[in-house]
Amino acid sequence: MDTVTLSRAFFGTSLAFHIIFATLGIGLSLMILLFEILYQWKKDSDYAVMAKRWTKAFAILLGVAIPTGTIVGVQIALLWPGFAKIVGQVIAVPFQIEIFAFFLEALFMSIYVYAADKLSSSLRLLSLFFVMIGATASGILITSANTWMNTPAGFSMRPDGTVYDVNPWEAFFNPSFYTGASHVVITAYAAGAGVVAAVAGYKLLKRNQSAREIAYHKKGLLLSLIMTFAMGIMMWVTGHSSAINLHEHSPEKLAAAEGLFETQSHAPLAIGGFVDPVTQEVKYGIEIPWALSILTGLSPDTVVKGLNEFPPETWPPFYTHVFFNLMVGAAGWTTMISGLALAYWYFIHHKRGGKLPKWLLWSIASIGPVSMLGIEFGWIFSCSGRQPWTIYGFQRTTEAATRADFIAPMYMLFIVLYVFLSVLTVIVLRTFFRRHPLLPELEGNGGKV
Amino acid sequence: MNEQSIAILILWAVIFAYSILGSIDFGAGFWAMVYANHKSLASKIANRYLSPTWELTNTVLVFVVVAFIGFFPKAAYTLATIMFAPVTLILVLIAIRSTFMVFAYSLPRYEKMLRIISGITGLLIPALLITVLPVTEGGYVDFSGDTESLLYGKLFSSPAVYFYMLFGLTSELFLSALFLADFSREQGSEETYQVYRRSAIFLGPATLVTAIIALVATDVDASWFLDNLMKQIPFFAISLIFFVVGYTSLWWTNRAHNSLGWPRIAVLAVIAQYAFASYGYGASHLPYLVYPDVTVDTSFTTKETFYTLLVLYAIGIAILLPGFIFFWNLFLKDRTFIKGK
Ligand code: HDD
Ligand code: HEM
Ligand code: HEM
Repeated sequence: MDTVTLSRAFFGTSLAFHIIFATLGIGLSLMILLFEILYQWKKDSDYAVMAKRWTKAFAILLGVAIPTGTIVGVQIALLWPGFAKIVGQVIAVPFQIEIFAFFLEALFMSIYVYAADKLSSSLRLLSLFFVMIGATASGILITSANTWMNTPAGFSMRPDGTVYDVNPWEAFFNPSFYTGASHVVITAYAAGAGVVAAVAGYKLLKRNQSAREIAYHKKGLLLSLIMTFAMGIMMWVTGHSSAINLHEHSPEKLAAAEGLFETQSHAPLAIGGFVDPVTQEVKYGIEIPWALSILTGLSPDTVVKGLNEFPPETWPPFYTHVFFNLMVGAAGWTTMISGLALAYWYFIHHKRGGKLPKWLLWSIASIGPVSMLGIEFGWIFSCSGRQPWTIYGFQRTTEAATRADFIAPMYMLFIVLYVFLSVLTVIVLRTFFRRHPLLPELEGNGGKV
Repeated sequence: MNEQSIAILILWAVIFAYSILGSIDFGAGFWAMVYANHKSLASKIANRYLSPTWELTNTVLVFVVVAFIGFFPKAAYTLATIMFAPVTLILVLIAIRSTFMVFAYSLPRYEKMLRIISGITGLLIPALLITVLPVTEGGYVDFSGDTESLLYGKLFSSPAVYFYMLFGLTSELFLSALFLADFSREQGSEETYQVYRRSAIFLGPATLVTAIIALVATDVDASWFLDNLMKQIPFFAISLIFFVVGYTSLWWTNRAHNSLGWPRIAVLAVIAQYAFASYGYGASHLPYLVYPDVTVDTSFTTKETFYTLLVLYAIGIAILLPGFIFFWNLFLKDRTFIKGK
C-alpha cells in the first residue's frame, strides 16, 4: 500500500472504532436522562436502578470513547497535515467549541459518576442534562467540520493554495450543516435507544427469571422501543433531507450512490446490486422507476445529474452504492422491527398478556447491532463518497496526506490496540454485571456498587 | 501587541496549564505505583486524586492540539510530519492508561495492574512529550528533500535529549509530590503529608541540577537558542527566587498542624517558578516555532479565524469557570471523599 492508501485505512479504522463509543455516548446519555426523569416523575425505583446500571455501562464505554477521541483528534493532524493546515485557517471554530463541550461533559460526567450519592436529585438531573448536552454538542460540532469538507464554504483559495477572504461562521454553517448535524444526532439517539432495547430484549429471552426481573426488563424495553421508533421515523425525515442536500450540493456523490450515469428526469432508484462501470448500469439490483427524481425533488420531472457530467477522475468509488443501500437497509430494519414490536405490544400483548414471542425478542435484540452498523455504513458512505477529495473541490486526499515514515508499523500497532481494547471492554462489561446482579439491586438491598 | 504575539501567548498559557496538570496527573500515577505497599495512605490518596480528574486533564491535552492547529496551522503541519512516530506512540500509551483508569474503577481486581500501567506510562508519556523541545530547537530535522523528516539516529544519540527527559521527569515528580503533600494535608492525613514532603525534599535540588544541565548540554546547532536564553536571565532569576521560597517553605513551622511545612505555599511558589522559567524559555524560542524554517509569522492563521477564536475563548471560559469551581469544591476540598464511601 502507498502512504496515502495507508493513511486512509489507518484513519478510517480509528474513526470507525471511535464512532462506536462516541455514538453510544450521545445515545445512552439521552436514555439515562429519560430514566432519571421517569424515576422522579413516577417514583418507580426500577427506573432509578436502570439509570444507575446504564450509567455504569456508560462510564465504562466513556473510558474508551475519550482516549479514542483523543487519538482521532490528534491523528487529523498526524495523518492529514495538509488538511490540518487549512482546517486551522478556516474551520477551527467547531473544533474549538468542541473542546468546551468536552469540558462540560467531562466535568458533569465525573460529578455524576463519582459523586452521585452526594447530590440532591435535582442536581443529579442537572448533571445528566449537561452530560447529554455536552455529548450531543460534540456530535453536532464535529459534524460541522465534516459537512464543511463535503460542501466547503466561507473562504477563497488562490491556485498556490493560499487561503483568503475567510468567514469562519459561514464555514461553520455551511450548506449541509443543518441536514448533516440533525441526521447525525437523530441516528445517534436512535442507536442509543436501539442498544437499550436490544439488551432488554435479549435479557427477556433468558429462562428462569423472577417476575420482578421480567417486569423490570419490560419497562426498559417499552420505553426504548418507543424511542427507537420515534427516532426511526425522524431518521427517514433527516436522511431524506440529506439526500436532497446531496442533490443540490454534491451531485457526483448522489450519482455514484445510485449508479446513475446519464443526466435525466424520471430517474430510477436502484436498490441492491452493484454498479458496473463498463456497462454503466446497476447489476442485480431492483430499479424503482421515477423514484429518485421524486425523492430528490418531489416530482418525476426533477432532473438528476449523472456521472457522465463529470470528469471520470473525480468520480467517487462505486462501492459507495453498496454502503448507501446498507445504511438505508439498516434504517428500514430498525424502524420496521421497533414499529412491529410496538404494534404487537399494543394490539396483542396488551390485551392477552403472556410472554413476548421468541422471534420478536430475537428481532429486537438485533436492532442494537444493526443500528450501530447503520452508523458505520453512513460514515463510510459519506467519507468515501467524497473521494478523491478531502475538501470537495479544493484539496485532494493525496495533497492532504502525510509523508511521514513508519505509517505501516504504527497502523499495525493500532490494530492490535483496538482489538485489545474491544476484548477488554467486553470482558469488563460482562464481569461487572455478573458481579453486580440485577435482582438484589431491585429488591432494594442495594447490591454492591 | 500584534495578533501573533497574543496567539503565541495564549498557546503558551494552554501548554503551561497542561504541563502543570499533566505533571500532577502522570506524577500521581507514578507515586501510586511506588507507594503501593506503603503503610500510609500515599497510594490511595494519589489514586483518589486521579479518578475524577484524569478526564479533565486529558481534555486539556486535546485543547493544546486544537489551539496549535487553530493559531499556527502551518507549524502544525511541520510538527505533525516530523513528530509522527513519537506522537503516535504517546497516543497508544495514553489510550491504555485512560482505559485502565476507568476499568479499574469499575472492577477493583484491575487495580494492581492499573497501578503498574499508570506508574510506567506516567514516566514514559512525559519523557516522550518533552522530546518536542529539543526537536523544535533545530538540528534534528532534515528540511532538504520534498518533506521534512526527523533524524532519529541523531536525536537518540544526542545526550541533550536524555537530559531533557531527565529534567522533565524530575520536575514532574517534584511538582506532583508537592501537590500530593498539600492534597494529603487538605484531606487531613498528616502521615501521608510527611511521605510526600520527604519525596519533594529529595527531588527539589534534582530539578535544578537537571534543568541547568539540559540547557547547557543543548547542541551547538542550537547556539542561537543559547544566545537568546542569555537575554532572558531576569525571568530565570525570578524563577529561582520562587524555587527558594517554595522549597524552604517545607521547613517553616506550621502551628495549626503542629509540624513543619506550608505545602500550599510550596505548590503555588513552584508553579510560579515554572511559569517564569517556561515564559523565559518560550521567549527565547521566538520567533521560531520549529527552527529554522517555521516562525510565528509565517505559520500564523488567518486574521478572521484568529479573532473568532479569541471571542470563543472568552465566552467558553466565562461559561465553564463556575463548573470548574463547583468541581474543585466537590472533589478536592471535600474530606468525606478521601475517607471513602
Ligand atoms: C443508524 C444510522 C443511520 C441510518 C439508519 C441512516 N443513516 Fe444516513 N447517515 C448516517 C447514519 C444513518 C450517519 C452516520 O450519521 C451519516 C454519515 C455522515 C453524516 O453526516 O451522517 C449519514 C449520511 C447520510 C447521507 C450522506 C450525507 C453526506 O454525505 O453529505 C445521506 C444522503 C443519508 N445519510 C441518507 C439516509 C437515508 C435516506 C436514510 C434512510 C432512512 C439514512 N440515511 C439512514
Ligand atoms: C475526526 C473526527 C473526530 C474527532 C477529531 C473527534 C475527537 C474527539 C475527542 C478528542 C474526544 C475526547 C474528548 C475528551 O478528551 O474528553 C472525543 C470524544 C467524543 N466524540 Fe469524537 N471525534 C471525532 C468523531 C466524532 C463523531 C463523528 C462524533 C459523533 C457522532 C463524535 C462524538 C464524540 C462524543 C459524544 C465524545 C464524548 C465521549 C462520549 O460521550 O462518549 N466524535 N472525540
Ligand atoms: C466517525 C465516523 C467516521 C467514519 C467511520 C469515517 C470513515 C472514514 C473512512 C473510511 C475514510 C477513508 C475514505 C476512503 O479512503 O475511501 C475517511 C476519510 C477521512 N475522514 Fe472520515 N469518517 C468519519 C467521520 C469523519 C469526521 C467527523 C471527519 C472530520 C471532521 C472526518 C474526516 C476525514 C478525513 C480528513 C479523511 C481523510 C481524507 C479523505 O479520505 O477524504 N471523518 N473517513
